[in-house]
Amino acid sequence: MSVIELDQASVAVPGPDRDHDLVILEPTTLHLTEQRIGLVGANGSGKSTLARLLNGLVTASSGRVVVDGLDVAREGSAVRRKVGFCFTDPAAQLVMPTCVEDVELSLRRTVKKASERRARAVEVLDRYGLAAHADSSVHTLSGGQRQLLALAGVLATEPAIVVADEPTTLLDLANTRRVGDALFALEQQLVLVTHDLDLARRCDRVLVIADAGVRFDGPADAAVDHYLSTVPS
Amino acid sequence: MSSPYLVGVYQPGTTILHRLPVGVKLGALAVFSIVVVVVRSAPYAFVFLAVAVLAALVARTDLRLVARSLRSVLLFAAIFAALQWLLYGPAKATETLVDLLTLALAAMVVSATTPVNAMLDAFIRWIGPLRHVGVDPERVALTIGLAIQALPGTIALAVETRDAARARGLGRHPRAYLTPFVIRVVARAHETGDALHARGIGDD
Repeated sequence: MSVIELDQASVAVPGPDRDHDLVILEPTTLHLTEQRIGLVGANGSGKSTLARLLNGLVTASSGRVVVDGLDVAREGSAVRRKVGFCFTDPAAQLVMPTCVEDVELSLRRTVKKASERRARAVEVLDRYGLAAHADSSVHTLSGGQRQLLALAGVLATEPAIVVADEPTTLLDLANTRRVGDALFALEQQLVLVTHDLDLARRCDRVLVIADAGVRFDGPADAAVDHYLSTVPS
Repeated sequence: MSSPYLVGVYQPGTTILHRLPVGVKLGALAVFSIVVVVVRSAPYAFVFLAVAVLAALVARTDLRLVARSLRSVLLFAAIFAALQWLLYGPAKATETLVDLLTLALAAMVVSATTPVNAMLDAFIRWIGPLRHVGVDPERVALTIGLAIQALPGTIALAVETRDAARARGLGRHPRAYLTPFVIRVVARAHETGDALHARGIGDD
């Protein structure tokens, strides 16, 4: 398994009054080695910011983020080859008109020959039950299929770590299960930001994020129970 | 599925237009477009439209889909034609309307018969020599490819924004439509940038 390390990593942006910074994530130190890591917490608590630190979508204001010995700030390109990122809304992630073309886009960097790239893309689509939709417009897919396609686009490059930021938030129950099962079937290390506590309970380790910091860090059931205890009824 | 989502989307096939090299298709489209714009004649405008329709038939594109997709183009073409009518009379207005539809249809035929990745590969080959003067062909090609594919996404955003304005009883208020539309387009551009960044595209 990969090793993800945060060493006093924090994120702050200029506040509305410009005199004080707005802290999005307070200095955080973590050593993550488990295969399935969950992040739960309220909206705006800092979960997505923490997740985005892991492949350089957000840069730490102070401290360091290191993935398998690679500093995210200094070796971003190498880190992004290692860390795939799946967004909440697949519509934002799917940038090519058809399914196969979108997966091919992910492969452009590593597979130069067009015919080989297409074959590999179709193979990846087949793995997620989307081969029949290879030449379909990405806009004609259902929500669940689109999220699976977004995941296929990420996995095409064979990253060591997959970070998924609320990948089931926009999905119905059946598709939530489908996407959840696909994520938990991965061999890769998974960092899952989620509001779905059933999915969170399937993780090996769960961090509860609140008010821009990690408030609980432990086994899934204990962490989810802690989170539930903090939610006003 | 609403047709705006499918504007410019590749439709697989084995027709002669599908099999032609990308360069030939884009070159022909460029020449055809220049001729359509340069030749100022209403009768010829209909001849050019017939050529574009013939190309669509040869490519076996879904004509119902094309017709529905052209409706949004027709709206803009009608506005321009109305202006031309006021300024220059009915003949010029007819020519403008038909020319715009012809250009849109020809472009749709090329994009419906050419995968975006094939276009990207072609652009990279053509721009390749400029690498020596600091141009990044991959990045330029990706920008062009994204611009091509942004059309259906932008139309989809326009439709969603219009529906949202209507749902709030603000359907006829331009500010209620245009302001959120522009904000959503910019937000989508940011999200697309994040998505490309996350996939490491543009890193090299």
